[in-house]
Amino acid sequence: MATSADAHAHDAHEHHDHKPPFFVRWFFSTNHKDIGILYILFAIMAGLVGGALSGLIRWELAEPGIQIFQPHSWLAKIGIIEASKHGYNVVVTAHALIMIFFMVMPAMIGGFGNFFVPIMIGAPDMAFPRMNNISFWLLVASFAVLCTSLMVDGGPGKGFGGGWTMYPPLSTIGHTGPAFDLAILSLHLAGASSILGAINFITTIFNMRAPGMTLHRMPLFVWSVLVTVFLLLLSLPVLAGAITMLLTDRNFGTSFFNPAGGGDPVMFQHLFWFFGHPEVYILILPGFGMISHIVATFSKKPVFGYLAMAYAMVAIGFVGFVVWAHHMFTTGLNVNLQAYFSAATMIIAVPTGIKIFSWIATMWGGSIDFKTPMLFAIGFIFLFTVGGVTGVVLSNAGVDYSFQDTYYVVAHFHYVLSLGAVFAIFAGFYYWFEKMWGVKYNEILGAAHFWLMFVGVNVIFFPMHFLGMQGMPRRYVDYPDAFAFWNRISTDGYMIAALGVVVFLVMLVEAAVRRRKAEANPWGEGATTLEWTLSSPPPYHQFNDLPHIEAEGH
Amino acid sequence: MSPAEPPRSPRRKGHGLIAGICGVAVVGMVGMAYAAVPFYRAFCQATGFDGTARRVERAPKLVIDRKITVRFDANVRGLPWKFTADQAAQTIKLGAAGMAFFTVKNTGDKPLTGRAAYNVLPESAGPYFLKTQCFCFSDQTIQPGQTERFPVIYYVEPKFATDVNTRTFQEVTLSYTFFPAPDVKPAKAG
Repeated sequence: MATSADAHAHDAHEHHDHKPPFFVRWFFSTNHKDIGILYILFAIMAGLVGGALSGLIRWELAEPGIQIFQPHSWLAKIGIIEASKHGYNVVVTAHALIMIFFMVMPAMIGGFGNFFVPIMIGAPDMAFPRMNNISFWLLVASFAVLCTSLMVDGGPGKGFGGGWTMYPPLSTIGHTGPAFDLAILSLHLAGASSILGAINFITTIFNMRAPGMTLHRMPLFVWSVLVTVFLLLLSLPVLAGAITMLLTDRNFGTSFFNPAGGGDPVMFQHLFWFFGHPEVYILILPGFGMISHIVATFSKKPVFGYLAMAYAMVAIGFVGFVVWAHHMFTTGLNVNLQAYFSAATMIIAVPTGIKIFSWIATMWGGSIDFKTPMLFAIGFIFLFTVGGVTGVVLSNAGVDYSFQDTYYVVAHFHYVLSLGAVFAIFAGFYYWFEKMWGVKYNEILGAAHFWLMFVGVNVIFFPMHFLGMQGMPRRYVDYPDAFAFWNRISTDGYMIAALGVVVFLVMLVEAAVRRRKAEANPWGEGATTLEWTLSSPPPYHQFNDLPHIEAEGH
Repeated sequence: MSPAEPPRSPRRKGHGLIAGICGVAVVGMVGMAYAAVPFYRAFCQATGFDGTARRVERAPKLVIDRKITVRFDANVRGLPWKFTADQAAQTIKLGAAGMAFFTVKNTGDKPLTGRAAYNVLPESAGPYFLKTQCFCFSDQTIQPGQTERFPVIYYVEPKFATDVNTRTFQEVTLSYTFFPAPDVKPAKAG
């Protein structure tokens, strides 16, 4: 890290700290820290909803036959979600959309990004504070619309069950009801929210760095957010265009994807994955930034290869835009295109490998302190590496012909996202817990949370590799008896992980009740970025006198 | 200004410029998403990508001894028509002309206009499958109770036998689907 923490102690802002009254502060908020807190709370709540939906999936798949998605189950008696085979597809779709758009993105970019990017570059706030507020409330509206979509008619039943990829013709002539129109509107709102947020971050990072904070002295988390928001800015409009085409195909008689009018449904897959592939890097890149800080802090060493780490993220961002068709190997691409997309996909393993090895090199010879954030960070490195290795396997077009739409793919992307991104979020959450909330968490509860989650998610997802290699297809409510054993194990793993989530909630309550006073810098000499020079929580307005950053000589 | 207002940055003036550039990038990407649609269609027609059989004016000059079996497939969607291929398959030499016949009968009670979408499988055969005459080149209007017989004249280019993507194939399937022509009201055929 290139910032020197000793330069400025900007704690004496009390005379500026006029906090507005409750309603104005939290509902009309323009303060980047308050908006960050709102985003984190929103992400926790959406994560609980998305996690509950995955519980329904695992409950159903615990044994062969249809248990809960049938008319006489307890699910049918509750009646919120349709208890039918279509209902299962709706749950799978909603789980994906909620976890991607309403849990991981708000937590990483909206939450940690809003709270820490301005502080880390020595800025008083974001460039457009009011636009920041609009971004947050658009996301809340979007989530409300998506939840409404679950409860209205979709065509085959209540809700939209065409998967988060929403390929036509299933999403056009296959779902004639208004549920998918609501889902499209929800994605439009979430997309507008993210694009406004991206513009805000780009302007903030380019224009509001403190004197001396050159691009090459920015903390890696700021670099990761900068790359992420560029991906958002360039990929989300393509999704917006594609789903608008779906909307007009459905309602206004156009035929972008309708072969009867000369359209091509495969065209949608190209547009979707041109957005979808950068999207998966959007989900993981801010995590890369956080892990770099955490590994450096708890190894009490500066991060190994700062510039290589920063430009590896830039490279991942660039290459991420030219590999989209590896999601479409089985759509009849000719063999030369398959060869190109296989090779380009494998190339991403190079910058990613640079990052993994640099984290290990940072730890090497360091004085490692196994606090909860470090446990989650090391867990992240392990899980992300496992997911990365299966990703290289899947990038081979020939192998992908067999693994397309099997549980092997499900295992792969949950190892990199559900386990990778979520572990990064938890690592960041514990790392900045005192800084954000002004109280300390309980180290024993934090460690228990980590171990339960780590064991739980591995027991859930590792058996899915076996199921996929045995040929179990995704997105079915039922399966033959041959797959029963590993599905049972997987559901047991879910219960362990769910217990971990309970411990997480207990940890939150314990910290809120005991209210141990936070320190400005609980992690000592390893924590070098600007947020640790401020009090915990930081003053309502920080850096009224801009800090000056000097090179550390690296 | 309320006291909650954050302090102004000295470089506030530059904010609008960067935000404006970002806004242009967003609009540009939406535009490119839409531009991709005609571009993709033109690309498929020009190159035969994704199994799009090509329309040409004249036959290839060379005929070689290697033979290939062409299968025919006829479908209807959204029209009260009966559409069949008169032959299941034909075997022709690469480069030589083949002629296949298709029969359409309008079983409805009013004249209807249909448009045939077409494709060849395997997709990689698209660039080598050429048609000089086809009912799919224009919309077809059929009177109630009337039966029409359409010829299709096609070739498979000799390069089919040497291209690494296609040389192992012994068969190609040519598939048609009649849809209601877009500017005509679709028949409520259920």
